[in-house]
Amino acid sequence: MAEATEARDDLLRELVAHLRDNRTELRQEWARRIGEAQLLTALTEEEIFSEATSVYDNYVEVLETGSVEALRGYARNLSERIIPRGVETDEVLGIVLLLRDVLSRSLFKKYPDDFNRVLDVYEPAANRIANTVAINFVTERERVIRQQQEAIRELSTPVLQVRERLLILPIIGVLDGQRARQLTEQLLRGIRTNRARVVVIDITGVPAIDSTVANHLVQTVDASRLMGASVIITGLSSEIAQTLVTLGVDLSKVNAVGDLQGGIEEAERLLGYTVISGTAPEKTEDRT
Amino acid sequence: MAVPILKQGPFLIASIQSALTDTDVLQLRDDVMAQVTRHRSRGIIVDVTSLDVMDSFVSRSLQGIARMTRLRGAETVIVGIQPEVAFAMVQLGMSFEDVQTALDLEEGLALLGA
Repeated sequence: MAEATEARDDLLRELVAHLRDNRTELRQEWARRIGEAQLLTALTEEEIFSEATSVYDNYVEVLETGSVEALRGYARNLSERIIPRGVETDEVLGIVLLLRDVLSRSLFKKYPDDFNRVLDVYEPAANRIANTVAINFVTERERVIRQQQEAIRELSTPVLQVRERLLILPIIGVLDGQRARQLTEQLLRGIRTNRARVVVIDITGVPAIDSTVANHLVQTVDASRLMGASVIITGLSSEIAQTLVTLGVDLSKVNAVGDLQGGIEEAERLLGYTVISGTAPEKTEDRT
Repeated sequence: MAVPILKQGPFLIASIQSALTDTDVLQLRDDVMAQVTRHRSRGIIVDVTSLDVMDSFVSRSLQGIARMTRLRGAETVIVGIQPEVAFAMVQLGMSFEDVQTALDLEEGLALLGA
């Protein structure tokens, strides 16, 4: 048993030494294969070569030490750099598998009679490496996606004060249950902070609405009223209007105005503002 | 804990200080009706700013108070409903359709025309 382990360790050392000795050729071969397979087209040739070098060294190190810690850190770092460049999961997986292929070919050439032993030593480590790189890439990608979703969610629901006690809430993009709920919460907080009495919700930028979201809008209107603010909904497209009527959503309590301008005018009327077009600026200058 | 009811000119102000038991709510209803009769008030403000939860019994009772005082010629305004409470209420289907609401005491008085 101990002998077998020793023999394995010896072989592993030999393999690692072989890979170290042929570092330059194997690396070049790998970079050539990457180019041939048209992977990583988003990166330049020099970049591919320098990343290939790092991956190669990490690869050999994992083979030698059996620890994927360093590789994991490098894979995360690499993903962070290449994800914004538009590198896809299949490309990353593709290059790791290519490297594995290149190295196995070289090892098999060196040990033509020892396939099984080489495989025993080499395969588990190679699998682990492919796994580590792929998982780290996907994890990093998911993290980026989550972060972007969060950012979109925050950005997409501004509550703006147009006049004393008048807020507008322009909604852009698709509304789902969760976003509608978040929007309501934000609006209600906005009403309290800005002491709003009228709110104009503009949904010109909403492509479609289903009954859940429609009911949520009605709830938003009711909740705002409970806090003493009346809501005007503007920009209901004719398609949405048709959907709502077909769905039978009760909108009798909703004050709707055709477009945002009309909504703001209506809100000003409710607040008792009158807009008078003033004197032209140059005349004011004359007076002074 | 009983809810203090203050008289301010032709209006009454009931300011709820802490969570109400069902008995407190019924007591509040009776007190308000008695005071409206005594002072011949024109309007009542019920301030719920300090309530961070409002169950259906309290909501329904407040609605009841509003309807009763209207029959005595006095308008009731509920003020200070917190955002979370408002959201929870509409989800429970309690949207106070026939009750006046305002942001806070000041707004409520303005609504009553003080």
